[in-house]
Amino acid sequence: MLSAVHEGRADTPVRSSEAAGRSVRSPLDRFAAILPPDRILMRPVELAAYESDGLTAFRTRPLAVVVPETADEVIAIVRLCHELKLPFVARGSGTSLSGGSLPIAEGIVIALNRLNRILKLNPQQRIAVVEPGVINTQVTTAAAPFGLHYAPDPSSQSICTIGGNVAFNSGGAHCLKYGMTANHILGIKAVLGTGEVVEWGGGSRERLGPDWCGLFTGNEGLFGIALEITLQLLPKAECFHTVLAGYRTLEQAGDAVSAVIASGLLPGAIEIMDALALEAAVAAVHAEYPPGCEAVLIVELEGPREVVAIERERLDAILAASAPVEMRPARDAEERFAIWKGRKSAFSAVGRLSPDFIVQDGVVPRRKLGEALRRIAEMARESNIRVANVFHAGDGNLHPLILFDGREEGALHRAESLAGRILKMCVEMGGSITGEHGIGVEKRECLPDMFTADEIDCMQRLRAAFDPLGIANPGKMFPGKEAPALSHVGLHPLEKAGLISRE
Amino acid sequence: MITPSSLPELRDAVLSAPRVIAVGAETKPRLSAVEAVKISTRQLSGITEYEPSEFTFTALAGTPVKNIIAALAEKGQYLPFDPMLVEAGSTLGGVVASGLSGPGRFRYGGVRDFILGVRFVDGMGRLLRLGGKVVKNAAGFDVPKFLVGSLGRFGVIGEVTFKVFPRRESTLTLQMPFEAERMARIANSRFEADALDVLPGGEKMLVRLAGPGKALEVLAKEIGGEIIDNAIWNEIRETRWNFKTDLTPDQITDFKAAHVSCCGNVAFSHTPPTRGMTLRGEFPLWIGGRSRFAIEGAVKQALDPQNRLPTLDD
Repeated sequence: MLSAVHEGRADTPVRSSEAAGRSVRSPLDRFAAILPPDRILMRPVELAAYESDGLTAFRTRPLAVVVPETADEVIAIVRLCHELKLPFVARGSGTSLSGGSLPIAEGIVIALNRLNRILKLNPQQRIAVVEPGVINTQVTTAAAPFGLHYAPDPSSQSICTIGGNVAFNSGGAHCLKYGMTANHILGIKAVLGTGEVVEWGGGSRERLGPDWCGLFTGNEGLFGIALEITLQLLPKAECFHTVLAGYRTLEQAGDAVSAVIASGLLPGAIEIMDALALEAAVAAVHAEYPPGCEAVLIVELEGPREVVAIERERLDAILAASAPVEMRPARDAEERFAIWKGRKSAFSAVGRLSPDFIVQDGVVPRRKLGEALRRIAEMARESNIRVANVFHAGDGNLHPLILFDGREEGALHRAESLAGRILKMCVEMGGSITGEHGIGVEKRECLPDMFTADEIDCMQRLRAAFDPLGIANPGKMFPGKEAPALSHVGLHPLEKAGLISRE
Repeated sequence: MITPSSLPELRDAVLSAPRVIAVGAETKPRLSAVEAVKISTRQLSGITEYEPSEFTFTALAGTPVKNIIAALAEKGQYLPFDPMLVEAGSTLGGVVASGLSGPGRFRYGGVRDFILGVRFVDGMGRLLRLGGKVVKNAAGFDVPKFLVGSLGRFGVIGEVTFKVFPRRESTLTLQMPFEAERMARIANSRFEADALDVLPGGEKMLVRLAGPGKALEVLAKEIGGEIIDNAIWNEIRETRWNFKTDLTPDQITDFKAAHVSCCGNVAFSHTPPTRGMTLRGEFPLWIGGRSRFAIEGAVKQALDPQNRLPTLDD
């Protein structure tokens, strides 16, 4: 059986205050000079909440969790880790779907949730400077009174943090038009694995010299910790036109996407859900879809009303010609919200169909979406595993949801193995093993499917430049290290409560 | 000057001398004015893959941007970062290494926002492919972005993959007196301006709109100003500016002599600014200093341990 979680490990360190006076002092005692005792968590009951992240199949108990409240405290903690050669994992809300914030048994977790200040919001320049623990949607909420918003919108945006978004270059539903997190980062102040504090970029959208912010974004915590992040804000679109269209077959939905793309329109979002995902959304949020559809397509245009008025006619004509069972344009904001609610809830909704599921994240060239979905269906049949598909069709980003029952012997491994085959297929088709979730722990073994030994060596050399001791989130991204134990699986508690969804 | 005509030859070229620097059409000559054997990408030219339906293309570093623009236009697509010095012959590799974007970068972003993948030769002569060829990819470190603006100091670019967009039906240019507040208002408005520049002298600003022609006419009326010929953007792009500076909109008045692009985020000038980068002429590469961190040396060591390529300070 998969190795179990250590409950109350024998060598669990005790609180630093209690350890005082002992002859053998834990290196963790040194943190008492930086943080008060109530922000150094070491008791099993306190650590339990940090053992796992959005990838619930992995679970590791760290030595301690430290809870800094200021950037200076984070810097001091990282420098102490460097001195002690103590591994650390930075963590925001722990929504990583690739196990990116999975703790290390012999290291600490640095919980950044209390660095949650929006330091600056400059509507004239359309920028915000935030600490890493600020929640994604809080940026948009703060910017909304000025008619601005922060574009990257991962489905966990109501709880995931900007620090985590930066570490994993998070995506969302609007990437084709507006890019991923990296495209909205103008400046970063960070503490690196060496303890060096750097400041790159700032308020300007332009920069001179190499793009350090670009390199840092998506580092998966292997370079260091972002302390202050300058974000670009965009004006909120004045007007939306959201259409939901149901199709008899997935292929027809895929053809409709091709027709939209070929028309020269640039929709803000193009999403597809398959029958199983629809079933789940109906069960979860009482979404209503045209009956008898194997796929539902959602296309959204946005822009000034005069522009949308012209483009919507073109879009509606293209979709009408694509043989949909039914087409439902949202007539008002409420109907638009309902369409998106069904879409964004699809992942957690799948939890109603199956006790456990894996959310996969692969990319294929858009024109190969139909073929990819056919092959996924074949592989699913061969493995006798149900797979629901929800995807960002506009950018070829697939999210197969692999359903299984973790109580069944070997079911998780069969699901993982199917996930691996799907990713290999994505690479074979000229795509990627991850569109937005990152490599983390989950896909480490897939990295060589996409990169040669020299290319991985190049990335490892870069990693070593930022973190020569290998203490910043070790065991992520690169293959070869001992894999952490798979253990309990199931929905994240917040996911069960319907507060977040995986994507 | 070495002139490789294939990527393996590019690799050999990098290893052939103790210090090398890649050059394209040398439209920004100061960036490569260093003591080093020059590797010309002139014969590394051509679009290797173009899938209009994917919004992506891949081309060799020496491909003239002009050829790419023409190939994209045939399929109704364009490079939204609005490359500069196109008529002057600038190459795709040069665009990446210089990190130079044109006025259109205002709407959807600059070179860094459209690069997807790169094949480059590191200082050890290894031909590496990082990033991807699809519009969305989060696998591995984003070295393609890092190479934007890297001035050929960390690796020699051989081939690049870019994201492109469908071309808008039409564009319309408005000219009006420059007022900082008015500019910010337009930038933050529902209009979704495509470009927002201030002409040298600081008296006039330009607003470019892009989209369906009928809609633009209505928007233009609401914005105000005088409709002028779109050709002015070609002049801006093709001007051989000597200097480039990054700035924020509140600094526009300090750059009165310059052409200020991207709503006050970048200045191009003929006379030396108080700080910035020299693109052409006998001035130091960096004017007014630049921030230096130890990590820069460490990353240089990681990609080019023998310093086969010059440093950012050479």
